[in-house]
Amino acid sequence: MFHFSNIVRTKGDPKIVEGGPSLKQPADQLARALGWFSIGLGVVELFAPRRVTHTLGMEGHETLVRTFGVREIVAGIMSLSVDKNAGLWARVGGDGLDAAALLSGLTADNPKKGNIALALLMVGGIAVLDYRAAQDTKPQRPPRDARRKLYPNRSGFPKGIESARTAARQIAAHAKTNEVKQGDERRVP
Amino acid sequence: MKALVWHGKEDIRCDTVTDPEIQDPRDAIIKVTSCAICGSDLHLFHNFIPGMLPGDIMGHETMGEVVEVGSGVDGKLKKGDRIVVPFTIICGECDQCKRGNFSVCETTNRKRHLADKVFGHTTAGLFGYTHLTGGYPGGQAEYLRVPFADATHIKVPPGIPDEQLLFLSDIFPTGWQAAAQCDIEPTDTVAIWGCGPVGQMAIRSAILLGANQVIAIDCLPERLSMAEAGGATTINFETESVVERLQELTDGRGPEKCIDCVGMEAHVMPSLPDTLLDRAKQMVMAESDRPHVLREMIYVCRPGGIISVAGVYSGLSDMLPMGAFMNKGLTMRTGQTHVNRWTDDLLRRIEEGEIDPSFVITHTVPLAQGPEMYQVFRDKRDSCVKVVLKP
Ligand SMILES: NC(=O)c1ccc[n+]([C@@H]2O[C@H](COP(=O)([O-])OP(=O)(O)OC[C@H]3O[C@@H](n4cnc5c(N)ncnc54)[C@H](O)[C@@H]3O)[C@@H](O)[C@H]2O)c1
Ligand SMILES: [Zn+2]
Ligand SMILES: [Zn+2]
Repeated sequence: MFHFSNIVRTKGDPKIVEGGPSLKQPADQLARALGWFSIGLGVVELFAPRRVTHTLGMEGHETLVRTFGVREIVAGIMSLSVDKNAGLWARVGGDGLDAAALLSGLTADNPKKGNIALALLMVGGIAVLDYRAAQDTKPQRPPRDARRKLYPNRSGFPKGIESARTAARQIAAHAKTNEVKQGDERRVP
Repeated sequence: MKALVWHGKEDIRCDTVTDPEIQDPRDAIIKVTSCAICGSDLHLFHNFIPGMLPGDIMGHETMGEVVEVGSGVDGKLKKGDRIVVPFTIICGECDQCKRGNFSVCETTNRKRHLADKVFGHTTAGLFGYTHLTGGYPGGQAEYLRVPFADATHIKVPPGIPDEQLLFLSDIFPTGWQAAAQCDIEPTDTVAIWGCGPVGQMAIRSAILLGANQVIAIDCLPERLSMAEAGGATTINFETESVVERLQELTDGRGPEKCIDCVGMEAHVMPSLPDTLLDRAKQMVMAESDRPHVLREMIYVCRPGGIISVAGVYSGLSDMLPMGAFMNKGLTMRTGQTHVNRWTDDLLRRIEEGEIDPSFVITHTVPLAQGPEMYQVFRDKRDSCVKVVLKP
């Protein structure tokens, strides 16, 4: 079967002798790691929600955990894409939701509140990483109101636009030849 | 030699690689004097077009001096010739080449089994593009092997600077073909989506082909100012409704001819909800393209009109309004550019001073700065429109 992973480079083509520097930043690597982590956690939450609720003493909240799982997977996929920044901010928001949900389970009568405290600590740590990565991968697009160079003099027509328009009228005939070359049968009555 | 090498998504590096060698009697090797970064390279930079391998050399807009020719190039090229290299590799002999359909040459894709599977039929080999089109090393490098060099070249005279000639390799004939396949009539309004380098060339081409009115659409002030300089009326799609403005400018008829110079990575913004949905689907590989511009063109084009697509699409596009397309009796023409079909004519126009394509260049830097310039061009920093690299 055809598969893209079966492609190989043709023998005889240039090969790398010495690699040059990569523009990838540590934040890009961090974003990747967080993206995969997000997907991993999301899969567990989506497919084994009972294990999660059991560990946290929060039985009965499986649907919520599943929803959170979907959220983690979506944010993870975004963090791995060229729009990683949006994915990382989605993760920061998600960390907030996670913390809120965990806090709601932190009741005096929960026998697993030790685990919840641990989970809260983890969420806090990850949130710091998410926030750092989101800050450091801010898109470099200039803001809309940034001052820009404008190019009002770059017409591309050394003899001026008017002369180009005039020439065009004569050239219309030439364009018709190209049309015929294309094998175009269209004729205007 | 030095070359810009693809290592993965958003990771292009200036590596040292082995020099290219003649592999076939029809090969030639050129010493590159100028090369450029194209919007198509950005699709590869983002890994939106499948079939790249880490280690592939980028670049398909290249010119230089012939330094070595194979025994089969006989007479067509010799050492010292100055050539621009078309991005489509052509044999010059197959049925498609004879028809002038060079970008679908049946001979030059050395990995045609891949293209046959994915596209149904093979298309021409392309430089510095994916393995679907042959995986040929590209020309953002100090040297380039030109396969089928006896046909795959545009000889250019001395005395004209590289900057005026380089774009014969791709964007000038691309903008030209986009306009030419609109069969422009003197009363036509031609609307052009995207004012990147290809859109800029399409604007000038539509003027030279005699359009009555040219309307250009983008959101970047610097590119819109350049479009206006070339004779276009402009629409900023971030602040205005494209459909409403086009209706206004054509007394409600809609433009007769619509040209897409944007392609598969249309701008994503909340006020255009379809682009958000496309982006989401693209992320989970449920759709490969973001065809917002195609949808808009079909909707706004005057019935009986022509839609010309220069922007690159890679795979599957969802939710195209086929009902409007069919009932309005529209025609769609597309294609990678048949570069050599147009270049004799375009070279003459440059020589005669009718047009000077170097107007589009905003940045010229050494090859080693290429990786940074991919980012600058992608992010539209520093009012960047077109980057030329000097090896
Ligand atoms: N057919 C061919 O042979 C051929 C050759 C060269 C390039 N291309 C393709 O042409 C396209 C443009 O190339 P380029 O070098 O000008 O790239 P570019 O990325 O510099 O230009 C694209 C422009 O489109 C604008 N844009 C984005 N969304 C838009 C929307 N909804 N409406 C209007 N404008 C929008 C962007 O702001 C940008 O200025 C790319 O898809 C490229 O792959 C095709
Ligand atoms: Zn190109
Ligand atoms: Zn051919």
